Amino acid sequence: MSRQLAIIVTLVAGVLMVVSGFIKPTEGWGEDVAEWFNILAAIAFVLGAANIAKVHLSKISARDAGWGFSAITLLAFAVTFAVGIMKVGVNPMPAFPNVAMSGEKDAGGSAFWWVYTYVMSPITATMFSLLAFYVASAAFRAFRAKNTEATLLLVAAFVVLLGRTFAGVVLTGWIPADSDWAFLRFENLSTTIFEVFASAGNRAIIIGIALGVAATSLKIILGIDRSYMGSGD
Amino acid sequence: MSFIDRLDAIDRRWIFAMMACAVAIPIIVIGMTGVRFPEVPGPTSTAAFEAIEALPDGAKVLFSFDFDPASAGELQPMANAFMRHLGQKKAKVYCQTLWAPAPPLIEDTLKKCLLARNPDLVYGVDYLNLGYQAGNEGVMKVITTDYKQSFPTDAKGTRTSEIPMMQGIENTSSFDLIVVVSAGYPGSKEWVQYVVSPTLGKERPIQLVAGVTGVSAPQLVPYFPVQMKGMLAAIKGAAEYEFMVNEVIEAANPGRPLPPAFMEAQRRMAPQLFGHLLMVGLIIVGNTIFFLKRRQSRRGGTMGAAA
Amino acid sequence: MTSATASIMVSILGMADEASAESFFVSGRGALFGWLAIISVFVLVSIVMARGGKVFKVRPIAGLSAVDEAVGRATEMGRPVLFIPGIQDMDNVQTIAGLTILSRVGKTTADYDAQIEVPVSRSLVMTAGREALGASFLAAGRPDSFNEDQVYYVTDEQFGYTAYVSGLMVRKKPAACFYMGQFFAESLILSETGNSIGAIQIAGTAETSQLPFFVAACDYTLIGEEFFAASAYLSGEPDQMGSLRGQDLSKALVGAVLVLGVVAMTAGALVGGLDGVTGFFQSLVGG
Repeated sequence: MSRQLAIIVTLVAGVLMVVSGFIKPTEGWGEDVAEWFNILAAIAFVLGAANIAKVHLSKISARDAGWGFSAITLLAFAVTFAVGIMKVGVNPMPAFPNVAMSGEKDAGGSAFWWVYTYVMSPITATMFSLLAFYVASAAFRAFRAKNTEATLLLVAAFVVLLGRTFAGVVLTGWIPADSDWAFLRFENLSTTIFEVFASAGNRAIIIGIALGVAATSLKIILGIDRSYMGSGD
Repeated sequence: MSFIDRLDAIDRRWIFAMMACAVAIPIIVIGMTGVRFPEVPGPTSTAAFEAIEALPDGAKVLFSFDFDPASAGELQPMANAFMRHLGQKKAKVYCQTLWAPAPPLIEDTLKKCLLARNPDLVYGVDYLNLGYQAGNEGVMKVITTDYKQSFPTDAKGTRTSEIPMMQGIENTSSFDLIVVVSAGYPGSKEWVQYVVSPTLGKERPIQLVAGVTGVSAPQLVPYFPVQMKGMLAAIKGAAEYEFMVNEVIEAANPGRPLPPAFMEAQRRMAPQLFGHLLMVGLIIVGNTIFFLKRRQSRRGGTMGAAA
Repeated sequence: MTSATASIMVSILGMADEASAESFFVSGRGALFGWLAIISVFVLVSIVMARGGKVFKVRPIAGLSAVDEAVGRATEMGRPVLFIPGIQDMDNVQTIAGLTILSRVGKTTADYDAQIEVPVSRSLVMTAGREALGASFLAAGRPDSFNEDQVYYVTDEQFGYTAYVSGLMVRKKPAACFYMGQFFAESLILSETGNSIGAIQIAGTAETSQLPFFVAACDYTLIGEEFFAASAYLSGEPDQMGSLRGQDLSKALVGAVLVLGVVAMTAGALVGGLDGVTGFFQSLVGG
């Protein structure tokens, strides 16, 4: 019964979203459905928080591999949550000077702002910067001229890597910028690869994806594909 | 195990160490010497620059900061250069974000890049911080019809209907230009799909310029120049744009020193150069190993057959 | 909306006049509506044909054929299978496609009696993932082997999630890693970590910017539409195969219109006097 209800809700919400894209009086309905989803997702945060506590507490109590990280996770979660909800170090808004908690939780100088600026920002930036290291290692291992296609890929990578830096200007700068051969300058070749070949390939893949999305959405809305909710078979 | 085999199976931590050196040494050297490479602006960066340069004084510009601190290393220099250019053009800047971690980035950018050079600007009259709104592309769909419905208050809690700058702002078509600096989802692609595309072919299509990460740039190139009037792709695009903005600002304020923060993107081109050269070197070494091993295995195969 | 479309709507829906049609329908969406209708008809007709006994063939997709091999390897090595359904929420069709594949991978895992771990970055995905995996274990006849804690929430924060999953990979060394959904910058970090621990890796995404990274670091990658075809390929059900056929027909039509449009516009620019033809093709893209 609950599964049938889910299929009905999916059908109604899906049809509403489609209809709202074409019929003026229903334009707001699609937005309403999207807002319902946001409300659901916000409520689900509570589920997520409870799950974090359950998973990590059980890891700590069982002394599983990496249980120390679980302890740090729970501690960080608790501290951030506490300083955010209690607005530690937040000054009142100028409009409400007598209301202690009227300021924004992430206002400059608050504890939450401190966590954001000095803990979260550097940690996430560090994770993002790891890409440079992984890209280098992947390039060393995967960029091998094993066949014609791989060789073309390799040549394109060379041109773009050099053309996107000053090295390209140095290496092919001797070709006059206003000559007929200017297209051979690395920076111009790089732009051509980017705007012609990569763009053409992307367009083809995007068309395929768009049709795949449309067909998949149709299957889901009509309840033909229910395997995502565990009832495909 | 031969030398070639050992090189092929090199511990990837050596590669990490080489990359660390390739990035760190230029940062240190540039920090000490201030050397920077000249930039040759590409077509997408030039188009972005020209789109902003063409704005009249007092143009209304919506600026969406759709990124987080993680990608700020690549995108913040773009946001800085856009903000400075808009300040130079005396545009009315409406800042917003669809990314929860972004509000402090807006505050920081306004303070360093707009107010530092234009201290007389008045909040709510010349610039505005509308803060974060949850809902991803749902917000975009709403603001195309009613901006104040999605942003009933600004970041300080003041009702938008009471803010002078918001008078006359009905929806996204009320802005002369939309600037988006984005790292992923929701980002420039969604802005194109849900905000710009529905206005194409109409009397006044929405103008959008974007700054995006290098990895998402190829995906967005097909939207230039019809849906996007200009695009800054990665730190290279940021450096090109920053170079053009600095030239305009220096011409307008001769003799006024340029703080190092406003050359951040160009300074980052040096680590990028050496990082790229290292990768070119690694690819060459990798392929040398590949061909040597293939030759060895062919020889081995021939000998085996002969025996 | 073009006046022609408005006229059609007037006649179909019996509206008073074109002006009321104009005020009833969102302007500029006529072409989009037409394409949506054509694609829907193609898909639905193909499904009906498949239900009627028509057999459609699907080309082999190496990445999907390797699912059994990957799970079998994990079973032999006594190591877990790791499944990541992207980092987006349930309102994203790629997440749903990922969960569809999870239900198949989960069934194979249950058949082989292997361990599977599904850390997710959205609470709603955790709930849906538990449903999908639980039903897979039930379908495999091993409901007792299912533990809902196999699917658990980590964090919404992109790199917090990446850090957790990377750490998990290094500690537990899963023998097979599946990345099926929408990914961003974390794609290479995850797949390179998986590569470093020697896991067999299968990825699928429609996020074109991440495809090169998955192709470089994974053993198999489902590219764009292959990812959405996975559910039909793995199940072989007539409905699913029919929808795949409808999708292919749509693609053939789009390709044909694209080629004809390019030819017509080029000819129009070169010789002129083809305003009617070029105007027709422009109207097809809503221009």
